[in-house]
Amino acid sequence: MAKITELNVNGSRRTLDADSDRTLLSVLREDLDLTGTKYGCGEGQCAACTVLVDGTPTKSCLTKVGAVAGKRIVTIEGLAAGGQLHPMQEAFIEADAMQCGWCTPGMILGAVGLLQRTPHPTDAEIVSGMNGHICRCGTYSRVTHAIHLAAGKGGHA
Amino acid sequence: MNRRDFFAVLGGGVVVMLVEDEMLAQETGGGRGGRRAQPQNLNAWLHIGETGIVTVFSGKVEVGQNARTSLTQAVAEELRAPVSSIHMVLADTDLTPYDMGTVGSMTTPLMWPVMRRAAAAARETLVDLASQKWMVERSTVQVADGKVSAGSRSAGFGELTHGETLTRTIPANVALAPATEWKIAGTSLPKVNARDIVTGAQRYTYDRKAPGMLYAKVLRPPSFGATLLSLDSAATEAIPGVKVLREGDFVGVTATDSSRAERAVATLKAEWKPLVAETTSKDVYAYFKQNAQGAAAGPGLTAYTVAYIAHVPLEPRSALAEWKDGKLTVWTGSQRPFGVRSELAEHFGIPEENVRVIVPDTGSGYGGKHDGEAAYEAARLAKATGQPVKRDWTREEEMTWAYFRPGGLIEVAGKLNLDGTLAEWEMHNYNSGPSGLKTPYDVANKTEEMHQSKSPLRQGSYRGLAGTANHFARESYMDELAHSAGIDPLEFRLKNARNERLRAVLQAAAVKFGWKDRKKTPGRGFGISGGFEKGSYVANCVEVNAVNGAVKVVRVVEAFECGAIVNPEHLRNQVEGAVAMGMGGALFEHVDFAGNRILTNRLSRYRVPRFADMPVIESVLLDRRDLPSAGAGETPIMGIAPAIGNAIFDATAQRIRALPMMPDKLSAGSNSALA
Repeated sequence: MAKITELNVNGSRRTLDADSDRTLLSVLREDLDLTGTKYGCGEGQCAACTVLVDGTPTKSCLTKVGAVAGKRIVTIEGLAAGGQLHPMQEAFIEADAMQCGWCTPGMILGAVGLLQRTPHPTDAEIVSGMNGHICRCGTYSRVTHAIHLAAGKGGHA
Repeated sequence: MNRRDFFAVLGGGVVVMLVEDEMLAQETGGGRGGRRAQPQNLNAWLHIGETGIVTVFSGKVEVGQNARTSLTQAVAEELRAPVSSIHMVLADTDLTPYDMGTVGSMTTPLMWPVMRRAAAAARETLVDLASQKWMVERSTVQVADGKVSAGSRSAGFGELTHGETLTRTIPANVALAPATEWKIAGTSLPKVNARDIVTGAQRYTYDRKAPGMLYAKVLRPPSFGATLLSLDSAATEAIPGVKVLREGDFVGVTATDSSRAERAVATLKAEWKPLVAETTSKDVYAYFKQNAQGAAAGPGLTAYTVAYIAHVPLEPRSALAEWKDGKLTVWTGSQRPFGVRSELAEHFGIPEENVRVIVPDTGSGYGGKHDGEAAYEAARLAKATGQPVKRDWTREEEMTWAYFRPGGLIEVAGKLNLDGTLAEWEMHNYNSGPSGLKTPYDVANKTEEMHQSKSPLRQGSYRGLAGTANHFARESYMDELAHSAGIDPLEFRLKNARNERLRAVLQAAAVKFGWKDRKKTPGRGFGISGGFEKGSYVANCVEVNAVNGAVKVVRVVEAFECGAIVNPEHLRNQVEGAVAMGMGGALFEHVDFAGNRILTNRLSRYRVPRFADMPVIESVLLDRRDLPSAGAGETPIMGIAPAIGNAIFDATAQRIRALPMMPDKLSAGSNSALA
């Protein structure tokens, strides 16, 4: 079976030894101990497992690790720079846009990707851009508010 | 935990224990010998360390409802300590006092005052210490902002407790500051663990690991109730690093990584004997009535039905189990850590003292995580392999093998006097439960009965489970009566409600919504509902657009009153979340089953509310500082379904008496619109 021996994660080259047909989600969580990326459904329906691959929000539960060799992967652990929270992380705290927090890392990375495509989204653009993310606690209106807050602070950076 | 252990674990300082009554406080105050020096009736305890760090212990769990934050506020308020100095240890059966569970919206009415009393007692202990050390009158000693002072002398909590190993046992009836004087309680303190959540640092059970840990999978039967006739595991056991355990109908597989465990369990060859199915999701309502205990109601009542629905906590059930020297330690996301401890002790035939259950902050529960299935699976495989074992349920398992919110049949009848007041009221609930069955409206002649029945599915608690069902039936039928009498639905409710708190939420919602000025246009409809449960009052006003059979909820106003508000922003978040979640059960969530199989076993087959479903949600919070604080986790969800149903009737003249109201119409909607 083909193996993956190196991944570019959060700006570092991480060595590993994983079958390349395993999911990126399981390799991040089990082999690299990056457990901020969450399992929610395993079929791409909830987006809790979202990471950025070359800047694009990507469902790691549907992505084979072999497909992202050499690409830049950013997980929630890599979003804050030098202890300074990303504007989107700050906005989620300010808007209290979470309850249990299980969907939050995927939600934040999805929102960062949205602002990269659309720096100042309307409510309708947020709905269409974020509709793949489930928050079972129902904090959707707060997430929308957080995205507007982050957009105002240059959260696409 | 032995009282000497307090200091061994936490270092010197002062420990304050709160017990239920004074007599027991005296009995246990000196610390009895033996294995359980902790008083049996201990409600809470806290430790003030020599560094000034305050460590507080409670058996409650954090599942997103912000118990960690609200309990911190309780302690900060009474101890007059900075929030940053307070460390809350929750839900660890070896460290925290016994707690029956984080259920029934009881953390705020029951645990919150206990925490305040423990902190108030600790503050008084600090006053005693200062008075003795400084040889000053007790009445001259002040406590504020984490400092104790008297005249020109001042000391931090840590300085005062330095070198002490003092324990105090305090009865639970210590006096508390009234809500009108709160400084930290009653404010919108931000979520204390928010930073850990947004950085991914928070470790939920699913994220936990132990050295040498194995990953487990369990072989599931093709239908529930099936029994295992034969198992061929030779091919599976030949895979390197894979072990198989069979105990009766339980078959578990362990491997060094989860992918291997998943592949391994698929190689098992099993033959199952199915159980004959008694009913299906389509026929279950008649089944409830046929199997009702005692006399069912006669004919002529109006029937409402409520489907089984799934909790869908986004973190599925999970557990990590480890055996050491005959003692079992389990990390698991359960709402009842002490209940899980009892379950495990019973399963393995060991004393409860030999089982430790720790509940890390959990990815939600909604009443769906009361028991310890994953914990037991992990523990039996850990025992068999002699290694720590992790057992993470998949979404499909969570949606198939967890328990569900009960389905129910509810029958209602009522008669009005000529002036529009209620003359007679009759309501029967089959299977879904008694909570919220009693009407908050005034009617002298009433019959309200709960009929236990037989459930074809595993059923259990759910956020406001029967309260939602009973409010749906009652508030829909109240609307039917109002229309039959030609009275405005708000006016009709006020005419029949003497309870001031119920009237207040109805009026507050109506004012915010602009009920009296609402303008009906084609396809547009408005609905209202009110209710009471678990010490709190709720009213909803809803606007819908119903065109060509499709319904869009446009706007929801919810007025909510639960006594003195502990944290306004978190309460608002809770109310908005309840509206969002309640819309799922109201409009499209339903568990389908046939042949003892759950057909809605994935998120692609079971629709939950998404961004695109959200209306404008506005909340009106009534802060009654003169009343004790009640919980808010459940009641805010109870009135949303009838208010939507009443608005649909207003728009279309069609009365929908079944939850969900739009099982098919909306089901193809936003699930396919993935980013």
